[in-house]
Amino acid sequence: MPSPADNQTLTVNGQAHAVDAAPETPLLWVLRDHLGMTGTKYGCGKGLCGACTVHMDGMPIRSCSVPLSAVLGKPITTIEGLSADRSHPVQKAWIEIDVPQCGYCQSGQIMSAVALLRHEPNPTDVAIDAAMAGNICRCGTYSRIRTAIHRAAELMKNGT
Amino acid sequence: MSAEIADHGRREFLGKAAALGGGLVLALSLPVCARKRAVNGAAGGGEITAWLQISADNAITILVDRSEMGQGVYTALPMLLAEELEVSIETIKVIAAPVGDAYINAGNGGQITGTSNSVSDAWEKLRTAGAQARVVLIAAAAAHWGVSTAECRASNGHIVNAHGKTLSFGELAEAAAKLPLPKDVKLKDASRFILIGKAIARIDTPGKVDGSAEFGIDVKLPGMLYAALAQPPVLGGKASRVDSTAAERLPGVHRVLSTPSGVVVVAEHFWQALQAREALKIVWDPGPSAKLDNAAIRSTLHKALAAGAGASARADGNAAATLKAAHQTLSAVYELPMLAHATMEPMNCTADVKAGRCDLYVGTQVQKISQTTAAAAAGLAPEQVRVYTTLLGGGFGRRLEVDFIPAAVAASKAVGAPVKLIWTREDDMTHDYYRPPATLQLRGALDAHGELQGFEFHSVSPSITARFAPDTTDPFDSVVEGVQNYPYGVPNVAINYTRQEVGLDVGYLRSVSHAINCFGVESFMDELAAAAGKGPFEFRHGLLKDKPRHRRVLEAAATKAAWGRAPDGRYQGIALMEGYTTVIAQVAEISIDEGEPKIHKIVCVVDCGQIVNPRIVESQIESGIVFGLSAALWGEVTISAGKVRQTNFNSYRVLRSDEMPQIEVVLIESEETPGGIGEPAVALVAPAVCNAIFAATGKRVRALPIAAQKLFKA
Repeated sequence: MPSPADNQTLTVNGQAHAVDAAPETPLLWVLRDHLGMTGTKYGCGKGLCGACTVHMDGMPIRSCSVPLSAVLGKPITTIEGLSADRSHPVQKAWIEIDVPQCGYCQSGQIMSAVALLRHEPNPTDVAIDAAMAGNICRCGTYSRIRTAIHRAAELMKNGT
Repeated sequence: MSAEIADHGRREFLGKAAALGGGLVLALSLPVCARKRAVNGAAGGGEITAWLQISADNAITILVDRSEMGQGVYTALPMLLAEELEVSIETIKVIAAPVGDAYINAGNGGQITGTSNSVSDAWEKLRTAGAQARVVLIAAAAAHWGVSTAECRASNGHIVNAHGKTLSFGELAEAAAKLPLPKDVKLKDASRFILIGKAIARIDTPGKVDGSAEFGIDVKLPGMLYAALAQPPVLGGKASRVDSTAAERLPGVHRVLSTPSGVVVVAEHFWQALQAREALKIVWDPGPSAKLDNAAIRSTLHKALAAGAGASARADGNAAATLKAAHQTLSAVYELPMLAHATMEPMNCTADVKAGRCDLYVGTQVQKISQTTAAAAAGLAPEQVRVYTTLLGGGFGRRLEVDFIPAAVAASKAVGAPVKLIWTREDDMTHDYYRPPATLQLRGALDAHGELQGFEFHSVSPSITARFAPDTTDPFDSVVEGVQNYPYGVPNVAINYTRQEVGLDVGYLRSVSHAINCFGVESFMDELAAAAGKGPFEFRHGLLKDKPRHRRVLEAAATKAAWGRAPDGRYQGIALMEGYTTVIAQVAEISIDEGEPKIHKIVCVVDCGQIVNPRIVESQIESGIVFGLSAALWGEVTISAGKVRQTNFNSYRVLRSDEMPQIEVVLIESEETPGGIGEPAVALVAPAVCNAIFAATGKRVRALPIAAQKLFKA
């Protein structure tokens, strides 16, 4: 068992944090317990449910299954970093469509949707379903998620 | 607010939430004495009723006494109060109510969020509270102005009088809080509703799109430590020897302690607690369930079924005699598996035990039971425990249980610091209170014209309520719901139940016995229709002459789904049920794709009485259908040598976005009082889909889940 490493620098939402955690600690728990950023959720710990989805270099990753040592020096974006005021088009669409029910999976859903729209600004239903299949919602908000992603695509096209 | 909030970092939270919320604040509440209408001296203003606080600066706070677990109570319940108070929903704050007698749910006798009755319980109560508050605010204003109350009215957070004068609720609150609440108030006629019936946006949505919504697992307290719990791998077992030497040497570990729930590891961070849990050397005594498995459970239920007719929950005419003498009889046994709740947020609890006090931060459906449970674990009186209800990352009945509370309390007491105890997904999946397994025997008697003359239903399953509420006087508790009210016009009906325990504790799961019974009844009605040579819709419809509400819902479902006119290669199945005083029908449209059923569309028609917020009602129906479809297709908990074999979402499969059918919801306009909506839609999915499978293949699915039946394999 290695002892806690010396301070390591983790960049989250453009801000550098010195983290005193064992290098094998999953990014999820570093975000939640060390940095107090609890918007990223623990759901399964095995990369099966997508609740912990964040971005590394703009790509979606499951933070529960990525050790701290693998993300040092890489820019990480979490739900807290999407906007300061819920003004990201995906957040706006989510509010407009009233997607969340219990809401627990929604940070991960939104982060997956943002990543999808970055690569496919105008996704088909099939593309949405495929891209979002890694994010489980037990409340069954999938229809509204699909509608909201189409709406976000519209908002992004209109530059709003 | 008060210093006590600041003590627990609440002020910072409230401030942050307010800044982000644009006026809408979701926060944990400061417990108040529900029965004492104390005036909050520091802020001015006061507590007008148990559900309403108005401060001098006109901040209007509604206390919601049901837990928000996705079903929309933080929006729907404030709408009821605001309707009569004459305030816009955008201006109010919502907080979770503390433990209090005022908050007991008349529909189930406790401070409980369950049985899909939050709206029906609140329907009169919160509108009355809003009206009472309006009356005392008007009285305070009239006294201030020296005019009659008849000259004053409430409008958008203010009292205005006939002479053009205006006072805000905040300016009147302190005086109003001292006035006695009127006993009789007249409530608005439905034609004058401004909020009720409108698709108002959910109050909790903004916090759920930026990560700021606070679930139990997100609670942060100064000096808080984290805990992981090692539970017996065999259900009902216990630790007989614990060697924590290696674990205690690991970084960050503060303490290892044995509790009745298992062995708790307390550490600086949760990941450290998990690593240390791995390093524990525990010898487990498996206890009485060491040999328990699914075959044993099934055999126990079947033996009990054969042993006798059970207790009678309903007997119209003489079903047994009718069956004996019938032109044609049909008999079938249906079997249902255990299910896990699998809420997205695993069980967790944060406890802060200090001298003479325990603060509990928990996502719970049972505030009062949480309080007494924590008190027992802390060695305190219940009134020394304050329960702060967070948002729930799913409930589905799992958070009616309090098994995740005592270990957190014991750990906090042992280390003298706040402790957040988190279950891993594996802990959660393998230590659930599972939906009971059930075996159903159904019989039907048809006459020479294919008319159904007799119907017999016999359920054998363990009791949830015997454990959960042992004082219940109802011998059937929830077990015959959804079948005791068998709606079809059949002269001879027998509904029987045999309670048969199977060696493990079972729990309430969304739609509870409705899902069990509806699967049996509505599948068997299809079998009877086929035997009678009638169509599934026509057979049911012909038996609903005295049930206009059911008939209308069934007809609307057939119309919406274009019953009987499915596209080539598609097949339909129908189901009908009354549950939680809501009448509901579904039509599933499927195809068979490479030997597997593919679910294309589910049409759902609902008469749930008067609707408070149609947007939320629709989302709850969609939600129930997805929940029911996961269960119908794949839901099954299996036990081998006393251990649950499903551990995570790879072995307990649930519906994903690419498996989502099209869902069409029709809400029937109704004058009835509101019925439940969170649960009923769950129950019809399995029979509707299985009836469609029969239409497609001629094969009858009599056990769930569908995927386990190997129906289509050669």
